[in-house]
Parts: sequence; C-alpha cells; structure tokens
Amino acid sequence: MKELVVLSGKGGTGKTSIVGSFAALAVNKVLADCDVDAADLYLLLQPQPRKEQEFWSGQVAVINEDSCTRCGLCQELCRFNAISDFRVYSISCEGCGFCSQICPEEAITMKDNLAGDWFISDTKYGPLVHARLGIAQENSGKLVAVVRQQAREKADESGFEYIITDGPPGIGCPVISSLSGARLALIVTEPTLSGIHDLERVLGVCRHFKVQPLVCINKYDINVSNPRQIEEYCLGQGIEVASKVQYDNAFTEAIEHGLPVIEYKGNGLSSQIEALWRKVQEYLNS
Amino acid sequence: MIVSVASGKGGTGKTLVATSLALSLKNRERVQFLDCDVEEPNAHIFLKPVITGREAVCIPVPEIDESKCTFCGKCAEVCAFNAIAIAGRHALVFSNLCHGCGACSYLCPEKAISEKSRETGIIEFGHTDGIEFVHGKLTIGEAMAPPLIRKVKEQVINDNFVIIDAPPGTSCPVVESIKGSDFCLLVTEPTPFGLNDLGLAVKTAKELDIPCGVVINRASSYNTEVIEFCRREDIPVLLSIPLDRNIANLYSQGITLASGMPDWRTSFISLYDSILEIVNERTGCIKR
Repeated sequence: MKELVVLSGKGGTGKTSIVGSFAALAVNKVLADCDVDAADLYLLLQPQPRKEQEFWSGQVAVINEDSCTRCGLCQELCRFNAISDFRVYSISCEGCGFCSQICPEEAITMKDNLAGDWFISDTKYGPLVHARLGIAQENSGKLVAVVRQQAREKADESGFEYIITDGPPGIGCPVISSLSGARLALIVTEPTLSGIHDLERVLGVCRHFKVQPLVCINKYDINVSNPRQIEEYCLGQGIEVASKVQYDNAFTEAIEHGLPVIEYKGNGLSSQIEALWRKVQEYLNS
Repeated sequence: MIVSVASGKGGTGKTLVATSLALSLKNRERVQFLDCDVEEPNAHIFLKPVITGREAVCIPVPEIDESKCTFCGKCAEVCAFNAIAIAGRHALVFSNLCHGCGACSYLCPEKAISEKSRETGIIEFGHTDGIEFVHGKLTIGEAMAPPLIRKVKEQVINDNFVIIDAPPGTSCPVVESIKGSDFCLLVTEPTPFGLNDLGLAVKTAKELDIPCGVVINRASSYNTEVIEFCRREDIPVLLSIPLDRNIANLYSQGITLASGMPDWRTSFISLYDSILEIVNERTGCIKR
C-alpha cells in the first residue's frame, strides 16, 4: 500500500481540487481528508456515510465548587492561565491534570472531552475516510492519526494499492501527523512570494521527516518570473517540479458544481492534471 | 482595540486584508501588527519590516537526575502527554511530547526533576513605516504552535490599534490567536469551500464570544450565497474585494493593496470605522 499526502504550506493553493481530480483518475485507492479542522474534500465527492464514530480525546479540568476552599494553589500553578476566580476557562485548559493532582481538597476532576467525529463513507470514486474536529478543539494531530489509521485498515481489507490524502495547510501538528511515514508528499504551490516562502518551509518539514517530496506549481501563469524562481529553488534542492497547472476559472466553477475539476472540464487543464497523476504514480511505484 | 483577521479556509486573503488595514490606518492610529500564523508567517513579505530584535521562545521540559531518581514512576503517571517513561532503572523523557505543564517536577517525591528550556521557535520585533511589527516563526519539525503564539501575543500594547493575522483552520492555534480580541474579521472567498469554512470560523468566534464581520475577497456570482448566510447569522458584510487579475498580480509580488492601489485606503479606513462602531456599541464605551 502506498500513501500519498498532498500538502502546500500556504492555504488556498489548490490541494483539495488536485486531490478531487486524483480521486476521479486513480483506481484501487482509499481517499482520506486529513484537513480535519476545515475539511472540504467531501464537497467534491458527495459521500454517503457508512460508519460514524465519536472522537474522544484529551481532558478538561472541572472544579467542584462545594469542596473548593479557594486556597488558590491551582491558579498559581497552572501555566496556561486557564483558572481564574476559581473557575476553569475550558478554552485555555491544556488538559495536563496538574491542578487535579495538587488540589489539597481533591476538588478538581478531569473530564473526558468529545473532540470531534470521524466517518468512513462511500463515494462514486471509492471509500473516503474523513473527520470533523469539534469547534475550537485541540488534538487535531491525533484525529489525523485516526483518519490515517482507518484509511490504512480500509485499504488493507479491500486490497487497495493507494491511499490519497488531502493534507492541512501549515507545518505544525496536523501536518506532521499527516506526513510522517507517507511514501510521497506532493506539494502544491502557487507562484506568489507567500507561496514560495511557505513552500520552502514545508519542504523543510519533508526533509526533517524524510519523506520524498514532489512539487506542482498551480496557477503558474499568474506571475511571469516567480515560477522560474520556484523551479530554480527546487532544482537546487534536487526536487522535481512534476507539473505546472494553468490558472483557470474552471477550478472555482467545478467547486460550485460540487465536482472534481477534471470531471467538470475536459480540455488542456485535464491533460495537465493527468500528466501530474502519471508522474505521482511513477514516484509511488519507484 | 484588538482586531484579529481569521478565515477558516486558507488562502482567502487574511494577510492581504490585515496588511492593507494596517497601512491605511497608520496615520490615524498607533498601529501594532502581530503575525500569529507562526507556521507560515507571510505578513513580513508585504510589510517588509526592519527587524530590530529577536528572541528565542522556549518551553520548559523536564530533566531527570538519575542519581536522585528512585524510578518510582510518579512522573510518568502524572504526565498526561506520555512524555516520560520509566524503563527499569532508566527514566526516558520524550521532550517533543512535553507541553511544559510542570506537574512532573513539582510532584517528584525525590526532587529529582529540574526543568530545562527547549526552543520551539523565535519571535522577531521590528517596525515599518510607523507600524510596530511582531511575528513568530515555528522551528521546522516542531508540532506545537500555541506556546509561540502566546509569546507573540504577550507583546500587545493595549492602547494601540492591534491587528492580529491569524492562521487558517479552527483548532487550537486559531483559538490562541483570536481569543481576547475585541473583534474578529473573517475573510472568505465566495465558493462552497470558502462558505463551508466561514461557517466553522463563525462558530469558533461565537464560542469565544467575539463579535465578527465578514470581508468577501475575489467576489463573484456566488456572493449571494455568502451574503444570505451572513444575513441568517446576523453578521455584517463589511467589505467586498473583487476578483481582479491586477490585485492577484500585486499579491504575487508581495505588494499590498494599500500600496499598489492606494485608492483602496479609503475602503480600509471605512472598514475600520465600521468595526469601531460595532465594538463601541457592544462595550458601551469609547475604544480607540
């Protein structure tokens, strides 16, 4: 089983549109949406949920007002400023449990936290594992790990060859959780100075976790000189720029129609995305 | 007044709006700009600040003195993040899992645990064109953004007009960035992706009890859906920026709207006035 994760560093470069198109092009695969705090892939794939499960993760401190003597030790020791006026501000509570350990009256208990839900769904393109992190919740990295684990089990049990994962933006916890141990990271970038800056950082994360990267420049024609800068940078790093995809309003129109862009428009754009998928397959199978 | 700029979905134009808002207001207010997207900070590309100071940001992680340790296992038991394990007569610390709560060192019966600093990123201070600038940069390979975001936010000077450029998403880094704001400006793009994630961002702001308003960027025919959503949620649409190749091109070169198309400054000043009015109405006192 070969796992591809699509990342970008910067948001809005076209990760989900590319993954949606791969969904339509690839056979024998499980799809996974690891952007658990703002999951959008389902809007292109129209999933029918088959399994839904709650994601319990982390804890939150609760003070029992009846036994609290207001000694203030918990407030003094909490390093996350989550307790004031003998109340826990649950948004700030890190769930470390330090307060409940040290409370002389044993007035603080740790309560399990419902942090989201995850789903296994059928789509016309194959199974999709996706999730929804609760609003303002922590532990997105752990939910990503659950999504990946479920995708692997699904691929194993059905004998599928590929897992295609839509990753989150950034370089932090959920990105690391999406990336570690994958066979290949496809980085979708755009020729803007922000895109380039963020590309360099996410490539650094790939290097750190020893995952092979491959780069795609999306909307390559919105700036004349920046694509060359990206190609030169990648060349210097020994990373291949697999494909350049043109700017096209069809990307936005396809999203409005709830379709992968490749299913929406069959012109030059689809041949660019097909070429990208062939290149990705070569890397996955090498 | 503290205004945070967030979005849910990435790439909708948070930095575009935040930087132009800062530049448009600099002659009227003391503006302080905090880039809290510490995973991918981009505002410096547009504001080009002169960096005058740097500070490493560290979290305290345990260091166990094995000559004092009796391997009782108390530290491993109290650690909620599995950052300590006792294996026979060895105490192992997995410092990348440590959140720095301090429970282990406080509760060790032998006082065998001290704390050392582990760097997770840096913050940089500077200024540009009369604007105070601060941003954080998470070290490559580090998972935890919130401690660094907290450090950036410690730099807030209360009497300033503070603009916080938040990261995308709706989880802990966003919460850490926007909490304590007087107002949250949500930048969306009029697509089903943008609208879906705007819905999540609105819920996040409501969870934190922060009033919000919307900026529609790359406005198109799908706008009506966004406007309808905002009407249902009772959220004002405060500014609309059209889909325009010239704006996209300026952005690609790291040029703000306020510098590249100075006529936009008036719109950003009106945006500020609308925010100020909402905040004052809500708090019942005059903020600046």
